[in-house]
Amino acid sequence: MSILINGGRIIDQTGERVADVRVDQGLIIEVAPGLTPDPDEVVLEARDCVISPGFVDLHTHLREPGHEEAETIESGSRAAALGGYTAVIAMPNTNPAQDSVAVVEFVRAQGRAAGLCEVIPSGCITIGRAGAQLAPFAELAAVGVRIFTDDGTGVQDPLLMRRALEYAGDLDIVLAQHCEVARLTEGAVMHEGECCSHLGLPGWPAVAEEIMVSRDIDLVRLTGTPMHFLHLSTARSVGLVRAAKAEGLPITAEVTPHHLSLSDEMLMGFDPTFKVNPPLRTRADIDALKAGLADGTIDALATDHAPHTQASKELPLDQAPPGMLGLQTALGVALTHLDLPLAEILAVLSWKPAAIAGIADRHGRPVQVGEPANLTVIDPHQVWRVVPGSLASRSRNTPYAGMDLTGRVRHTLFNGVPVVIEGVPQK
Amino acid sequence: MTGPDQTGNDQTGSSAASHCRSIVELGPQRVRHLLELTDHMAEVNRRPNPKVPALRSRTVCNIFFEDSTRTRLSFEMAARRLSADTMTFSVGQSSLNKGESLRDTIETLAAMGVDAFVVRHRSSGVPWAISRWTDAAVVNAGDGWHAHPTQALLDCHTLMSELSGSSPRRADLAGIKIAIVGDIKHSRVARSGIAAFEMLGAEVIAVAPRTLIPPHFSTPVTQDLDTILPEIDALYLLRMQSERMSGALVPDLSEYTMRFGLTPERVQRMNDNVVVMHPGPMNRGVEITVDPAELPRSVITKQVTTGIAVRMAVLFELLGSGAAQAAPETSTEVGFESQMEEL
Amino acid sequence: MRPPRKEEMNPTKQVLGPDDVQRAATRMAHEIIERNRGLDDLVVIGIQTGGVWLAELLGSEIARIQHRVPVGSIDASLYRDDIGLRPVSPGAVSAIPSDVNGAVVVLVDDVLFTGRTVRAALDALSDYGRPRVVQLAVMVDRGHRELPIRPDYIGKNLPTSSTETVLVSASGVEISG
Repeated sequence: MSILINGGRIIDQTGERVADVRVDQGLIIEVAPGLTPDPDEVVLEARDCVISPGFVDLHTHLREPGHEEAETIESGSRAAALGGYTAVIAMPNTNPAQDSVAVVEFVRAQGRAAGLCEVIPSGCITIGRAGAQLAPFAELAAVGVRIFTDDGTGVQDPLLMRRALEYAGDLDIVLAQHCEVARLTEGAVMHEGECCSHLGLPGWPAVAEEIMVSRDIDLVRLTGTPMHFLHLSTARSVGLVRAAKAEGLPITAEVTPHHLSLSDEMLMGFDPTFKVNPPLRTRADIDALKAGLADGTIDALATDHAPHTQASKELPLDQAPPGMLGLQTALGVALTHLDLPLAEILAVLSWKPAAIAGIADRHGRPVQVGEPANLTVIDPHQVWRVVPGSLASRSRNTPYAGMDLTGRVRHTLFNGVPVVIEGVPQK
Repeated sequence: MTGPDQTGNDQTGSSAASHCRSIVELGPQRVRHLLELTDHMAEVNRRPNPKVPALRSRTVCNIFFEDSTRTRLSFEMAARRLSADTMTFSVGQSSLNKGESLRDTIETLAAMGVDAFVVRHRSSGVPWAISRWTDAAVVNAGDGWHAHPTQALLDCHTLMSELSGSSPRRADLAGIKIAIVGDIKHSRVARSGIAAFEMLGAEVIAVAPRTLIPPHFSTPVTQDLDTILPEIDALYLLRMQSERMSGALVPDLSEYTMRFGLTPERVQRMNDNVVVMHPGPMNRGVEITVDPAELPRSVITKQVTTGIAVRMAVLFELLGSGAAQAAPETSTEVGFESQMEEL
Repeated sequence: MRPPRKEEMNPTKQVLGPDDVQRAATRMAHEIIERNRGLDDLVVIGIQTGGVWLAELLGSEIARIQHRVPVGSIDASLYRDDIGLRPVSPGAVSAIPSDVNGAVVVLVDDVLFTGRTVRAALDALSDYGRPRVVQLAVMVDRGHRELPIRPDYIGKNLPTSSTETVLVSASGVEISG
């Protein structure tokens, strides 16, 4: 049975046009204005809406295996589909960590069973993310792992990081760094700035990120191996990456929706919902990150979707774990807070991260005949209020609770299957 | 986009006005009002029978997640002098680690009919969390490095009274220069004290090595205590803790004393009328190497006395000024302490 | 636009002028002296805040007629049974000028209404000691008592409705509402 997306405007990397899209057997079979619905066809209404290649999240914590009380691959996949994502990169800080073929295959299989989006496991850089011994890059690459990271912590040892880059050199993989010099952030709760000084909380200084960004740029120059910087949060980090790219180094970078929209002042009420790592920074940092996204220094908008149970987020601020939900709010936050053309916002949500993740053969493809039907239909003007209890995640830790966002996903097609219709998950 | 505002109001609708959580949140108007109420309570405390029925039938629950006998006793005495019933829930560090939920504890206690929680916790911000979970008033008796508003109020009241001599207490600290010396970075006493002193018009100068000053600090800082000694009206010494040595914050205690301690030599350099203050307990031989009793103008004991009146003022302001609480006449109850070690 | 006249917003009626208040105080001072012959151990204590000026006025009248007696003030706000309904008057610190044990205390207030303030003041007074006798002097008794309290010295009996406001000062007595 075929599906007709009716009355929308297509925006992809080839440009913008008004056309209907017919999908069958997982593929786009027809793209043309004024297509007539077949009698037995599923028609997805897209009037005043935009049809985009499906979104790709480079940075999703699905918590399974190990922390299923906060999220499962199924609940996280549902949140992803509702957020317009057809592919998510599952971060490896599970328990056990994704440092072996067995765990990686388990995650992929759980994603396939959920069938709501493609769940692509990342791998660890070091065994158990312990920063001591390299994970088996080649074995993991052979089963489709492309992004390797110790996310949650940065690789502290510069020698180990150099070796990782050298060893990865010929494997066509990307090492992704969580930039944080741990010794400078011991006990840190929030951005080290005026707010933190007033609130009497141990600070997370911007330099703790920038020192590692700077070190790793030097190591990329030394080794020539590509590298991706996760969740950049400071103005100076953006400057360092901009200069490195100008030099021609193979570097990519991402920013999260929350680092583009929320500042450290949100912590004034001591609400652990706003605790995240790296921390919310200053308004000046927000401006620099927006500029970096606008000029292409930053390649992707990645959610760092990090579910945590209500009980853990009700601990005192210094004991509560860092992290926020992001999958279902990313588009709305981007459209509400970014002053960019829609096509550029879709680029950093879809085809640019697809290229970094090495999945551009099936995700973030142009909306053309013969392409896999991984598509998102968005209403860029719909205003909606974020209600934590109505999100698909098992956790409730969204920093946007009660806020109004503009722009919402209407339908999502994953491999030609409408997994979300009119904002409602179909499984 | 909306969010928690700077005054500390949170989404649950319990407003900052029904709590005493930090000097900044109280603001100048309430700070001055509380200092005036303190005069009132100090008069009560001077009476032969220093007890009034003002908070009859109200229950004040002290929850101290961090041990502090002095502050806890001061709050208990304040509550009883206002005829409130008091309960004490003491939690050692050990039971905190059993994974029992702070929220469950608070909700259980609140269900027993607590009107005000007096909270001490080693984590900054816990009083804000508690006020998200209960309608009761929350009094911050010290949270992490963040705030200790009743200490700041008692410091201000003590200093104002001392500087006024036998005349009526001065209404502000305009024109007064206060040096606050020591580990400011890790001190809630310093944060709240500086906020209150500055709010009342004093000129505050922080004296400490840069390692013990919070980053992005807005108060003037010096490392040169000797130069400013002749210019100041009050010297506020903070407690210097030996665990600061391990983090490379200061090399050793004797070097600290050499640079920042109140030594006999410095007493000589100081004006006789400088008021010397300390929140207690003192580390004799570290931040102070002279006997405070020998100083011309030490108010360290007076700070403790004023503490009771200040805490009476705070409890009365919170529990005695809501229209909802027209309490029924009941026979006089004496506040008995209920010890609840485990709930 | 012409501002509305005061009477239009809040009709106010003066029932005693400044001279009337002064005359009433003089009469009350005479009555106090007469009742407490010799004035031994007499203390005049005004209830904060409205009774304080009247206590001072009565004190000076007594001094003019006979001789000086101690005058003080007492704040009853921490003893009220309606805490929360009325704000505590800041700065109204009690000042008891002499030992009240065994003394004759004349409590003074401007208006006697429900009697609750006087009740609270009696409680407050008992925390300073045990007077031999306590008497009550008020400039205006407006009725509507809720407690068994009656004044010993009255400037003027003034029938009111319970919703009216009575304003008493040295410059007169006004009724409004």
